[in-house]
Amino acid sequence: MGYTAKFRVWRGTDEGGALNDYDVDVNEGEVVLDVIHRLQATQAPDLAVRWNCKAGKCGSCSAEINGRPRLLCMTRMNTFDKSETVTVTPLRAFPVIRDLVTNVSFNYQKAREVPSFTPPPGLKPGDYRMQQIDVERSQEFRKCIECFLCQDTCHVIRDHEENKPVFAGPRFFIRVAELDMHPLDTLERKHSAQEEFGLGYCNITKCCTEVCPEGIHITDNAIIPMKERVVDAKYDPAFGLFRVLRARSKSTKTMTEQADRAWALLRAVEDGEVAYAMVEDDVAEAMGQAKAVASTGTVLARLEALDHFEAGRLDEAAAEAQASLNWHRSAQERSDAWVTLARVYDAQERPTATVEAVENARRFWPDNPRLRHFDGDGARP
Amino acid sequence: MTDLERHSYDVVVIGAGGAGLRAAIEAREQGKRTAIICKSLFGKAHTVMAEGGIAASMGNVNSKDSWQVHFRDTMRGGKFLNHWRMAELHAKEAPQRVWELETWGALFDRTPDGRISQRNFGGHEYPRLAHVGDRTGLELIRTLQQKIVSLQQEDEREFGDPEAQLRVFAECTITEILKDDGGVAGAFGYWRESGRFIAFDAPAVILATGGIGKSFKVTSNSWEYTGDGHALALRAGGSLVNMEFIQFHPTGMVWPPSVKGILVTESVRGDGGVLKNAGGQRFMFDYVPDVFRDKYAHDEAEGDRWYTDPDNNRRPPELLPRDEVARAINSEVKAGRGSPHGGVFLDVASRLPAETIRKKLPSMYHQFKELAGVDITAEPMEVGPTCHYVMGGVEVEPDTGAAVGVPGLFAAGEVAGGMHGSNRLGGNSLSDLLVFGRRAGLGASTYVEGLDGARPAVAGADIDRAAAAALAPFNGDGAENPYTVHTELQMTMNDLVGIIRRSEEMQDALEKLDELAVRAAAVTVEGHRQFNPGWHLALDLDNMLLVSRCVARAALLREESRGGHTREDYPLMSSEWRQVNLICRASADDISVARQPLPSMPDELLQLFERDELNKYMTDDELTVLPKGDA
Ligand SMILES: Cc1cc2nc3c(=O)[nH]c(=O)nc-3n(C[C@H](O)[C@H](O)[C@H](O)COP(=O)(O)OP(=O)(O)OC[C@H]3O[C@@H](n4cnc5c(N)ncnc54)[C@H](O)[C@@H]3O)c2cc1C
Ligand code: SF4
Ligand code: SF4
Ligand code: FES
Repeated sequence: MGYTAKFRVWRGTDEGGALNDYDVDVNEGEVVLDVIHRLQATQAPDLAVRWNCKAGKCGSCSAEINGRPRLLCMTRMNTFDKSETVTVTPLRAFPVIRDLVTNVSFNYQKAREVPSFTPPPGLKPGDYRMQQIDVERSQEFRKCIECFLCQDTCHVIRDHEENKPVFAGPRFFIRVAELDMHPLDTLERKHSAQEEFGLGYCNITKCCTEVCPEGIHITDNAIIPMKERVVDAKYDPAFGLFRVLRARSKSTKTMTEQADRAWALLRAVEDGEVAYAMVEDDVAEAMGQAKAVASTGTVLARLEALDHFEAGRLDEAAAEAQASLNWHRSAQERSDAWVTLARVYDAQERPTATVEAVENARRFWPDNPRLRHFDGDGARP
Repeated sequence: MTDLERHSYDVVVIGAGGAGLRAAIEAREQGKRTAIICKSLFGKAHTVMAEGGIAASMGNVNSKDSWQVHFRDTMRGGKFLNHWRMAELHAKEAPQRVWELETWGALFDRTPDGRISQRNFGGHEYPRLAHVGDRTGLELIRTLQQKIVSLQQEDEREFGDPEAQLRVFAECTITEILKDDGGVAGAFGYWRESGRFIAFDAPAVILATGGIGKSFKVTSNSWEYTGDGHALALRAGGSLVNMEFIQFHPTGMVWPPSVKGILVTESVRGDGGVLKNAGGQRFMFDYVPDVFRDKYAHDEAEGDRWYTDPDNNRRPPELLPRDEVARAINSEVKAGRGSPHGGVFLDVASRLPAETIRKKLPSMYHQFKELAGVDITAEPMEVGPTCHYVMGGVEVEPDTGAAVGVPGLFAAGEVAGGMHGSNRLGGNSLSDLLVFGRRAGLGASTYVEGLDGARPAVAGADIDRAAAAALAPFNGDGAENPYTVHTELQMTMNDLVGIIRRSEEMQDALEKLDELAVRAAAVTVEGHRQFNPGWHLALDLDNMLLVSRCVARAALLREESRGGHTREDYPLMSSEWRQVNLICRASADDISVARQPLPSMPDELLQLFERDELNKYMTDDELTVLPKGDA
């Protein structure tokens, strides 16, 4: 089972270095970090490498393996061909200290620039109430183990030292997003994401999402929704959407209640129980209140989509439904977004797109009651 | 000394895990200039690995819970060897410490009514562990880290310097506590990055360095766990208590070899996972000890009902305290009923839908998938005991965390002893870190105030001596490699002072440790001082050897089996030994172990228990205050 692998490891300091070749034993089930440790114990006792948990939990052992940012402890040797030379180099975006160890202090500086969690004044310990569904979005971002692989891979700073002062990087975009979506945080944060943390430099290449060992949807769930909501006179080349910034005093309770009310009214319209004009003002009021406390626009996208549709604004309806889908929220919400899209396509007389959307809606939630607006193969009954 | 960097602080905290960070926050909030020193990067301490949760009797899921019940469970888990006062403070203050985390931004999983959700865990009568999936330690450390950042932001606004009152010295290792006239005067260490020396002048030092698991071969612990704080305290004149008690977590990974020991969280069992032997039998039903007989289900049907109806059924024996489960697995494997790679099967796949498993145990799913190529939603895991936690530690005053015998020295977290007695319950460590971290921060601040500005002074000669000791490994004759000595130490402790202990084996171990100490003195390292892991290990070795000797000596002395100390030659628990703590101290070249009576529990706490139960642990003399049971 064991074999001798060819390793090529960068050794050196901030003054320079080179790739060194090693032949080293590998046993079944081992990861790259095991092999680096074997090098330390047998051939290179002073080889510098960071690690702690050896289980992908601490984010210490970040390096580049064959040029790709990876955790050394979570890269199994059996992912390589036995004859392949495995090249291990330090993270490129940060200055080398020695061998595989880099100076990542940039990240700790940036961390200090993000204003801290700011709960409502007077809310006492033990009195915090939040719904699971409302904390889940932020929880995704709090899975971050600060391995800084996303920072390392992001082209905005990878080879552009000059961008570092103005660009916080994906790790801190999700930090801002996390606080922004925290049901009880009271600070306005989207503005600062653009202004102070350089969100505008990001052109959504998604490289950060690809390397994240925690599988955090950095771009889809943090960057895009934030860009979407950033309201500024400035034009963001990656995302040319302008929105009106709404004053907020966040409280999820009112948000969910008001959103539910608006949804119920719109569904009554959809099912032909009442005319849109009859409930228009009520819906607007409920949605206004929900929006006033919503942490991001996408939370309400499903609702907005249906509102636009019932008011006859087809393009807006499609855009909101699409935003809702981007959000990877619950299967039911996705299904609803697809139904709305189907209705838009139907109104636009695009039968193929309609059928496809209905299929998607059914896939996510076969019993969606709104599907009764379509018969089996997607056409109107 | 030319390359010495010097700093002066009111309070120096060694360790940036849960205990150290909570202590530092408290000291800074008490207005003390505070330094935090840690061996790894900020935010990477061992606490980050904690999975299952943090125990606090908030009663969010079962309102019958209270601090009294938590106290009772903790004492039971520790087999009544716990320092009662620590267990009491811990049970009373844990809820406040958890709620406080929420005000700093922590996002725990929620109950349907929006409160912090709590899960079942071994030894806890009610669902008690606040958690975030199975990455609770990450949430805890990140929250404390971010609280520290927020304090630094305040300082930046006030002083123009974020580090004016609170500074983190990351990747810096302390090798010596410096003293002046019997009391603490500071600490000495080196930067891992440059190898340069650094000295702190400080009247108060808080040890929060965690555990000692790296002295054992199969362990869930990381390289940081070399018992530095234990050794620093000993060398500074402090004492260690309960060192014979080491927790072997029942479920570590057993395959592939390179990940052997990595933890499989107890939540797997708390959420429904069961243990089976090679014959597919749920063997834990055969291993319920008498003291727990009436608290656990007697058959599978009752155990299974308990998950949905805990009020009318007893819990399954998979959720017995860890020492019981670890011993049972050990016996099954020895009896030839183990799994292919020398463990037993932990099966959650046949018990929960795949979607639920992925949702509730995401990092376990990930860990097995990535490291072992096993899909835990489809097949059982193979698990076996792994060295996990040391109950023993620095002997402290419960209320302040002050180390006994060394004015100015404090300890909190895993490095402190007493709180968990002979066995720690899952989830009780994270709460311990916060409760006693805060108390140590407060204790150190009060101590500094009590000095009235009279600051102790570090002697230059002490610094020179510490520096010479740290450089010694560069001057050897090349006879020994630190990695080899370390490996032999790990084998010795694992095989001879491990989960089941015998007198002769421990004697062998002590001889072997003496021999290894001689060899460690001859260890030579190559290269330079800049980020040199060989050098770092050479220095850590001395600490591991000193602490291992305490473990082996105390284990040899204690002639009974209790919690994390199982003697094949003394298989029973003894009421006499329950009244005894073993206290280790170090002299210039040896250690001593002394017996010390356990502090006795006040009547009002004794009365929280049924006499029948206490009879199993205590002598009649100790129980005169309680009415005789009807039995
Ligand atoms: C895999 C795993 C899972 C666990 N799960 C749980 C759980 O679910 N619930 C629970 O309650 N407990 C759990 N535990 C136990 C718990 O995590 C630890 O006991 C606890 O985190 C210890 O915290 P601490 O603050 O004492 O030390 P640590 O978090 O270990 O921090 C020690 C700090 O001291 C520093 N240090 C050490 N020596 C020196 C030195 N010489 N100089 C400078 N700095 C030094 C280190 O760098 C580090 O920063 C788990 C443990 C493991 C290993
Ligand atoms: S998506 Fe944006 S932040 Fe992520 S790597 Fe690309 S440019 Fe960088
Ligand atoms: S977001 Fe992902 S890649 Fe970036 S630091 Fe966090 S865990 Fe690492
Ligand atoms: S060592 Fe912790 S993530 Fe690799």
